[in-house]
Amino acid sequence: MKHSVLAGLLAWAVCSGVQADSATDEIARYREMIADGNPSELFALQGEALWKQKRGPKNASLEQCDLGLGPGVVKGASARLPRYFKDTGKVEDLETRLMTCMQTLQGIDPKLVIDAPWGKGEKETMQALVAYIVTESNGEKIAIDMRPPQMKKMYELGKMAFYYRGGPMDFSCATCHGDKDKRIRLQDLPDLRTQAGAAAGWGTWPAYRVSNGQFWTMQHRLSDCFRQQRFPEPIYGSDVTIALSVYMAATGNGGTVLTPGIKR
Amino acid sequence: MKKLLLAAPLLWALQGVALANDELRPAFKAMLDASFKTTGIAAKYRIYQLDFQAACSQPKPPPASVQKAIEAAQMQTIRYPADGHYFGDWREGEKIAISGRGLTWTDKTPTDNGGGCYNCHQMSHHEIAYGTIGPSLLNYGNVRGRSEDIIKYTWGKIWNAKAFNACSNMPRNGDAEILTEEQIRHLMAYLFDPASPVNKP
Amino acid sequence: MANPMKIRAASKDGVTEVKVLMSHEMETGQRKDSSGNLVPAHFITELTATWNGKTVLEAQFGPAVSKNPYLAFKFKGGAKGDKVVVSWKDNKGDSRTDEAAIA
Repeated sequence: MKHSVLAGLLAWAVCSGVQADSATDEIARYREMIADGNPSELFALQGEALWKQKRGPKNASLEQCDLGLGPGVVKGASARLPRYFKDTGKVEDLETRLMTCMQTLQGIDPKLVIDAPWGKGEKETMQALVAYIVTESNGEKIAIDMRPPQMKKMYELGKMAFYYRGGPMDFSCATCHGDKDKRIRLQDLPDLRTQAGAAAGWGTWPAYRVSNGQFWTMQHRLSDCFRQQRFPEPIYGSDVTIALSVYMAATGNGGTVLTPGIKR
Repeated sequence: MKKLLLAAPLLWALQGVALANDELRPAFKAMLDASFKTTGIAAKYRIYQLDFQAACSQPKPPPASVQKAIEAAQMQTIRYPADGHYFGDWREGEKIAISGRGLTWTDKTPTDNGGGCYNCHQMSHHEIAYGTIGPSLLNYGNVRGRSEDIIKYTWGKIWNAKAFNACSNMPRNGDAEILTEEQIRHLMAYLFDPASPVNKP
Repeated sequence: MANPMKIRAASKDGVTEVKVLMSHEMETGQRKDSSGNLVPAHFITELTATWNGKTVLEAQFGPAVSKNPYLAFKFKGGAKGDKVVVSWKDNKGDSRTDEAAIA
């Protein structure tokens, strides 16, 4: 009698395990299916046109923008960002670098980008430009140049930010991304301490999100992480976002860039 | 948020944990100050740490003595129900366990928060969309029993998990005023009631 | 004015596979905005695909289709360089036509 009850419980446990697995399998299958028609392409199309379009007070295009590989070189550029730029004396990620180019080449005030709501105004321009540029690094290897001391400092600051607990729920980035094989509800969480985890996380953003039909840049992704962490809002392009980006990208060095990604 | 009552020895111990990258501390603090802003109910002061948050902000947890001191201090924050009523309605408890809302800069009010339990824990026999950051709580009442000790421990754990594990990932639901006493009663019923789907397949 | 579609068409062993990515809001008419007002319905209602002027697919779309819809289909025939034309119409009378050459 006792045995059969135990066996029954066991069978149930196995069943519920299978259920959960098949749910994650279903999601994986769904992702594979939509990867074929990633709507990021629609944003990238607009972005390419915007890159070449004369805009701003200086009525210039971004075609002379130096993303780190020389003026106008887009291919492979985002796989090597963030990087230290001598001309600004700063470590910049793709979005802050684009703001620099928009300001110097086109005369567009960075405040217009920083203050715009996600997906509106100059942020809409930004997301299209980002979609175009990261598409041109798809399949490349993450290759962050960690030789400049400014990069090493940003990495250390990023690591400190990663483990920094605070806010009403005492969360840090590491609370969710500091262990292997964890998930929130059914969402798998990359372990950002490891090379493989950081490559999987960093390498698949920016991405199109099917659940809301939006294209999210890395700055948008990070901002929403902080929102769910119950932190105050990080200012667009601020140093904490750059530092965390350097920490993630450098940890994922050598991994494959699969951008733009496609997410739930 | 409640202030932390720290005994002098704990302060001393915390200084002892001095971080490897001490020389970067001022730059780090300046970076946080310049990087965040108040939006909605998520005020900027949230980036400033409580002492135990700082002690648990390294890749490795602090020494056992520091953890013990934190746990003792956090234990003092737990408020048990004055009227001795530990249980509400498990149906309400399930709603609170599922809801992950509250306290972000897009949330309007600081009340009516969710517990977000399913983000990290398996609970019911029927809900398959559960996270795995915390342990499974399936069959909680059946497995743990319903003794007074276990009931008080569970209340305390929900109220302030740091009283039992200094660097626990779990929020201080009561102490940090994430959930009300009433909501915690409902969660208690969800965990212990034999009719709750946590205990009844 | 609607944004362009992205169309890819490739033929293999006498069968052509067409993949279409459309840029459209696809509002169901059942969602509310942040101030509680109903967002008016706006979705594609009809889609037609032709190959060298001959209709190979006709479809009726509705509000259940996601934002920025993706459609893939196959038809018998088609050779390299042939023209595939896709057009859609929506409930507000807007429309869009794009084309691609079979690869």
